[in-house]
Amino acid sequence: MADTLTPVLSDNWDQIRSWQLSSYQRSGGYDALRKALAMQPADVVATVKDSGLRGRGGAGFPTGMKWQFIPQDNPNPKYLVVNADESEPGTCKDIPLMMATPHTLVEGVVIASYAIRASVAFIYVRGEVLHVIRRLQQAVQEAKDAGFIGTNILGSGYDLDVVVHAGAGAYICGEETALLDSLEGRRGQPRLRPPFPAVAGLYGCPTVINNVESIASVPAIIKNGPDWFSSMGTEKSKGMTLYSLSGHVTRPGQYEAPLGITLRELLDLAGGVREGHELKFWTPGGSSTPLLTSEHLDVPLDYEGVGAVGSMLGTKALQIFDDSVCVVRAVLRWTEFYKHESCGKCTPCREGTWWLVQILERLEKGQGSDEDLDVLLDLSENILGRSFCALGDGATAPITSSIAHFKDEYLAHFENGGCPFDPMASTVFATAGASA
Amino acid sequence: MAENHTTATDKTVPYSTGDSMITDATIAEMREIAARYPVARSALLPMLHLVQSVEGRVTPEGIEACADVLGLTGAEVSAVATFYTMYKRRPVGDYHVGVCTNTLCAVMGGDLIFDRLKQHLDVGNDETTEDGKITLEHLECNAACDYAPVMMVNWEFFDDMTPESATQLVDDLRDGTEVKSPRGATVCTWREAERVLAGYPDGRADEGPTGGKATLAGLRLARERGWTAPGGSSNADTQKED
Repeated sequence: MADTLTPVLSDNWDQIRSWQLSSYQRSGGYDALRKALAMQPADVVATVKDSGLRGRGGAGFPTGMKWQFIPQDNPNPKYLVVNADESEPGTCKDIPLMMATPHTLVEGVVIASYAIRASVAFIYVRGEVLHVIRRLQQAVQEAKDAGFIGTNILGSGYDLDVVVHAGAGAYICGEETALLDSLEGRRGQPRLRPPFPAVAGLYGCPTVINNVESIASVPAIIKNGPDWFSSMGTEKSKGMTLYSLSGHVTRPGQYEAPLGITLRELLDLAGGVREGHELKFWTPGGSSTPLLTSEHLDVPLDYEGVGAVGSMLGTKALQIFDDSVCVVRAVLRWTEFYKHESCGKCTPCREGTWWLVQILERLEKGQGSDEDLDVLLDLSENILGRSFCALGDGATAPITSSIAHFKDEYLAHFENGGCPFDPMASTVFATAGASA
Repeated sequence: MAENHTTATDKTVPYSTGDSMITDATIAEMREIAARYPVARSALLPMLHLVQSVEGRVTPEGIEACADVLGLTGAEVSAVATFYTMYKRRPVGDYHVGVCTNTLCAVMGGDLIFDRLKQHLDVGNDETTEDGKITLEHLECNAACDYAPVMMVNWEFFDDMTPESATQLVDDLRDGTEVKSPRGATVCTWREAERVLAGYPDGRADEGPTGGKATLAGLRLARERGWTAPGGSSNADTQKED
C-alpha cells in the first residue's frame, strides 16, 4: 500500500533552481535516458505498456499502446509531438511542472522519441505562459549542450532534434489533430479520423501525440521499472498522478497521489472547503467533465470510478465551488468560453454553442421559463456526439449535469426574476470588505 | 456579465500606417525560424509572433513578409493570423494586462477585478489607454487556477489578485516602477515577450522561483509527513528553496 501522497513528478520541485540541468542531475536526472538507450526501442515501448501508464491529458488511452501503433515499416519519418497546450478550464498541472522541472519532460521526450524512432520531436506549448517557455527553451538548450539531444546521443548512434513551439491562443489546439494543423502553420481545426495520427499525423507521417504529464512519467518508469509504477493506483488505473485543487479550498494546489484517491481525502489534505461554507459542486477533470456534487466525495478518482458516476477523470482538475456560487452563472461562463473557442468547422458546435449562450443569458437574468430548460437539453443532445470533435461534447457537459443536479436553482432564477446570489460572496476577498 | 465579452468593434483598424519597421534583418530572422522545421510553413506561428515583436501588432507588411518567405499568399497568412487570439490587429500597449474571467477565476473575484480595471483605466475590453501603456483584455483559463483570481502581464503570472492589488499593479506599470512576477521574471515589454515566443530567448529563464505556494502545497505536506513514492525520495533530505 503506497503512501497517501507519492511525489515523483513533483519530487524535485522544492530543490534550489530545480529547472536547471545541474539540479536535475543531482537527483538522478538523465539516468533513465542512459538506461533506455541501452535497451531496444521495442523494449522501451513494452516497458511503458507493461507499466499501465494511461494518457494524462484527459482521454486515458494507454500510452505504450499508442507508441506501438506507429508502423515501423512505414518509410516516412516519425514524429513525437508533446501536447503542452494546457487550456482546459481548471487544468493547471503541466504548466507548473514545466516551470519547475522542464528537464523531466525533456528527458521523457528523448526516451519516447527513441522508443518510436522519431528524428524530430516538438513541444507545442500554449503561447500565454512566457516564463514556462523560457525555461523549456533553456532546458532544451542545456540538454543539447550536454549531448542528450543532437547527433549520436551518448554514443548510441541515435539522433534527435527537439523544437519548442509556442502557440498563439486557441483552446481548440489542445485537440490533437487541431494541434497538428496548427503546428503545420494553419488554423487549428480538427481533422477527420481515420486516418489516425499514428499512421498519418504531422506532415502526413506517423506521429505520436502525448500530454506533458504522460511523457514526464516515462523517465521514472524506465528508471524504477513497470512493477514499481503499477504498484501504485488501482486495478485499471496505474501509477501516480497530479491532482490540481482549485477554488473554494483552504490550501489549493498540486497534490501528487496514486490514482484512486477520493475528493474527501484530498480535501482533508488541503484543509477542507473554505471555512464557513459547504461543498456545492465540483469538476473532476476540467469544465468538459460533467459536474459532481457532495454525493460523490467518496468516488475513487480513477478512470473507472469517475466514469461509473457519469463523469470523466479528465485532467484531474478539481475545481471546488462552495454554496456561495450560482451554478447558472458558472455554467453560462463556461458556455461563453466554448462559444468563443469553437473553431467554426462543424455546424452543431459553431451554431449550437451560440444558441446555448443566448438561452443561458436569458435564464441567468431571470427571463427564462421551464421550456427553456427543455430547449437547452434538446440542443445539448443535438451537439453531443454530432460534433466534429470533443469540444462540442464538452460544451454540453456543464449544462446537462447542472440541470440534472440543480434544476431547482434554474427555476429559482425565473421565479425570483433574477439571480438570487450575491457575486461578492463567492470572491476570495469577500471577508476583507473590498468591493469593485 | 455579457458586457465583459464585448470587443471594441467600432474602432477602425489602420490597414497600413506606411511606417513598417520590418527590415532585411527581420526577413533574415524569419528564414532562420523557418529553417528550424522539417517543413517551412510550420514556422508561421512563431513568425507572426516575430512580426508583433517588431511592429507592435500584425501589420499588412508583416503578413506580406511572412507570405513571401513561406511562398504563401497574403490571404493564406491572414487566415491564420485572424484565427488566434494572441495576434492583434490593433496596436498593443507596452503592457498587455489580462484578467482571467473564465468561471473559476470569475467567481473568485476576476469579474470584479476586470470591472474595476476598466473603470480605473477608462478603457473597454481589448482597448489601450491613451498614453499607449496598457492594453486591457479579459482572458480565458490560463492554467493557474490554484492561484485564482489570476492576472497576466505580458504573459507573466500575477497570482491571488484583488481589485486593490490589480489597480496597484497597473499604476506601477504606468509609472515605470519595476514590476516582478511572483512566479516569473521582471516584466519586460509586450514586444520583448513576443520575441521570446518567436523562439529568441532573452536570458531571463533563471529569474523567479521554481513555483509558488500552491505549486508546492502537496509536496510540502508529503515532506512533513514523510510520505514518498515506493522506494523513497532522493530529494527529501537535500537543501531546499526558501
